Amino acid sequence: MNFDFSDDQKQLRDQARKFLAEKCSPKAVRVVLDGKAPYDKDLWKGLAEMGFLGVAIPEEFGGAGAGHLELCVIAEEMGRANAPVPFSSTVYLAAEALLIAGSEAQKKKWLPAIASGEAIGTLALFEGKGNPSPKNVKLTAANGVLNGVKKPVPDGAIADFAVVAARTGSSGRDADISLFLVDLKAGGVEVKGLTNLDPTRGQAEITFRDCKAEPLGAAGEGWGILTEVLDRAAVLCAFEQVGGADRALEMGRDYALDRIAFGRPIGSFQAVKHMLADMYVSATLARSNSYYGAWALSTNAAELPEAAAAARISATQAFQHCAKNNIQVHGGMGFTWEFDCHMYYRRANAMALGLGSLSYWEDQLIDRMRKKNAA
Amino acid sequence: MNFDDTPQEAAFRETARKWIEANAPKALHAELSKSSLGRIRLANHDIVEVGKAWQKKKFEGNWVCLHWPKEYGGRGATPIERVIWQQEEGVYGKLTQPFQIGEGMCGPTVMAFGSEAAKRRYLPKLASGEEIWCQLFSEPSAGSDVAGLRTRAEKKGDNWVVNGQKIWTSGAHYSDYGLLIARTDPNVPKHKGLTMFFLDMKSPGVEVRPIKQANGMQEFNEVYFTDVVIPDSQRLGAVGEGWSVSLTTLMNERMSIGARLATGLPEMFEFCSNLMLEDGLAIDDPAVRSKLASWAAKSSGLKYTSYRTISALSKGERPGPENSIGKLVSGIMLQDIATYAMDLQGAAGVLTGNDEETVQGQFQQMLLSSPSVRIAGGTDEILRNIIAERVLGLPGDIRVDKDVPYNKIPTKGR
Repeated sequence: MNFDFSDDQKQLRDQARKFLAEKCSPKAVRVVLDGKAPYDKDLWKGLAEMGFLGVAIPEEFGGAGAGHLELCVIAEEMGRANAPVPFSSTVYLAAEALLIAGSEAQKKKWLPAIASGEAIGTLALFEGKGNPSPKNVKLTAANGVLNGVKKPVPDGAIADFAVVAARTGSSGRDADISLFLVDLKAGGVEVKGLTNLDPTRGQAEITFRDCKAEPLGAAGEGWGILTEVLDRAAVLCAFEQVGGADRALEMGRDYALDRIAFGRPIGSFQAVKHMLADMYVSATLARSNSYYGAWALSTNAAELPEAAAAARISATQAFQHCAKNNIQVHGGMGFTWEFDCHMYYRRANAMALGLGSLSYWEDQLIDRMRKKNAA
Repeated sequence: MNFDDTPQEAAFRETARKWIEANAPKALHAELSKSSLGRIRLANHDIVEVGKAWQKKKFEGNWVCLHWPKEYGGRGATPIERVIWQQEEGVYGKLTQPFQIGEGMCGPTVMAFGSEAAKRRYLPKLASGEEIWCQLFSEPSAGSDVAGLRTRAEKKGDNWVVNGQKIWTSGAHYSDYGLLIARTDPNVPKHKGLTMFFLDMKSPGVEVRPIKQANGMQEFNEVYFTDVVIPDSQRLGAVGEGWSVSLTTLMNERMSIGARLATGLPEMFEFCSNLMLEDGLAIDDPAVRSKLASWAAKSSGLKYTSYRTISALSKGERPGPENSIGKLVSGIMLQDIATYAMDLQGAAGVLTGNDEETVQGQFQQMLLSSPSVRIAGGTDEILRNIIAERVLGLPGDIRVDKDVPYNKIPTKGR
């Protein structure tokens, strides 16, 4: 058994950590947090130059052609650094959708642009409240044009193109949904930025009015593709969440060692120690589940749906738990804007909703476990 | 990243599998597969008796204490081979329960601190199951704070005379030998006045009394010592070094990696899949699904955490600290699952008999037994301290009794 990343992959992780420590300090994150920039353009450019944006994109489409295990280790570092860039929407959602369902021409047009940092992509799925479900897709596609409103769209205000879920039938079945590819700079589109929990990753409302769109994948197969994209993104996001959870745990630990109260480091009090030990437990469970997700993702295993849901649940809970208790360990200082604790708290709770909420994934996991047991 | 054996591992697995296929007590397979929680009980057999038979057969085939040197009854196998063996032994591994303390804790301590003569005399018989060992550490007033123990050993010529009481000794009533830690000097701070011994459990003055537990069962014992004589040749380590000797023992206890901890999840999943509530199957209820999913993710997290540990062993690396979370997660989970299953049973949940509504009281039994999982082998609180101090590097507790002579430590009724 070799249930671990290879030495090369670990080296890549170290490289990514070093790069992000230098280019993505909390100070740099705060430029975006404070609304002075919509995202960190220099960092985005740097990520492209490092080959990180296209790490899982095949060489024929301008990527490094390394693979998804490599993408997982980079994702972990992106989460650890709380990177204020549209990495997840572009790389986990848009690029994955193109890789799964894109035509040769579509891949040629967009994948090299993603790898080089020239194009930001996203997935426009949600329409207000609710979780991923065919019946929540109201935006229509007819005669090659889209009409409807998507919100929230992650990184929608800075995206160059979007994969859009649209209704192309009314049978009440999954086959009613098709996917489309939209050049957001081409007209028929109105984009409005929305304030959100985590300003380091923007959200937008996009209105499509007779907007020209080309199909992505076969008509009526949109929901199947989307499900696969969400599963794949769930694993990749889980690595970001694991990275964030680890960082929050580290911050809490470091503060507990440093802060003196009642004449001793607060980390010597069992109430604080046990809180940090419990954070370690949930972060460890999340990491192990995510490793299994990584294996399933990288091998296209039949176990991916179940593995992705378990990784998603575990990593969501761990990041929320660690981010929340990191503030608690910090006490009053943790509730200041000046300390970085709230950045992770915001990111943890925003990420918990991004691909569908925790209860949605809990539902998915049970369905998938039952399916396996029945088989 | 893969789950495949290396060629050597695959060959080893094949050898183990073939041997088990040819030798295992297959008649017990079905019954062993069913009981997943707590002590194993077999309808028509005594666990010690069938356990000894299986252990003896394995010993003859060179399949016990795999990682021990051959001259002491082991196989000289690598840690990963030991894990592969445990995987292949599967449910038959439950038959080794009476020998686990000897194999996991007493044996390694004798190996590290015993004389060559003692090692050759005792270890092969421990390995073969011919002689069973128990561990005599905990006392009524010294559980988590085991270094505060009171049992006294006083030197009389070439012997030690022991007086005191131990508690929570699993298997004391069928054990041949015991590993005993006792206080040999009460005038020095508590950690410094301890010494480790082993003794014949049939020695005059040793009295074993079963404890009736909170769950109504009797699995542990109290052991009383009245003027029990132990020859100095049965001392392990130097006089006053008992604490550091005990750390070896306890470290080995926590290295048991192959052992899968019961979480209650498979039982709960099956129960919810079959339970009809007013509005349909329990597993279709959103509240049930939410809890079940969280437990399932914890359970798979534990499974893949152990895979990470096994991978480190496979590469010849020292496993990381991640394996320390197992008992902490599974103990709480067992208790929570039991409580929730009974909640779903409603009024009938109170019944503990052979009732259909409660699936023969399996969760009720789980509820009543689960507190012990959270206490035995390190309480949840001690495990959190260990994680906080050894993994996260947080300071140890301020100990008010650390430098105080043992007999000056304030106490109740010493």
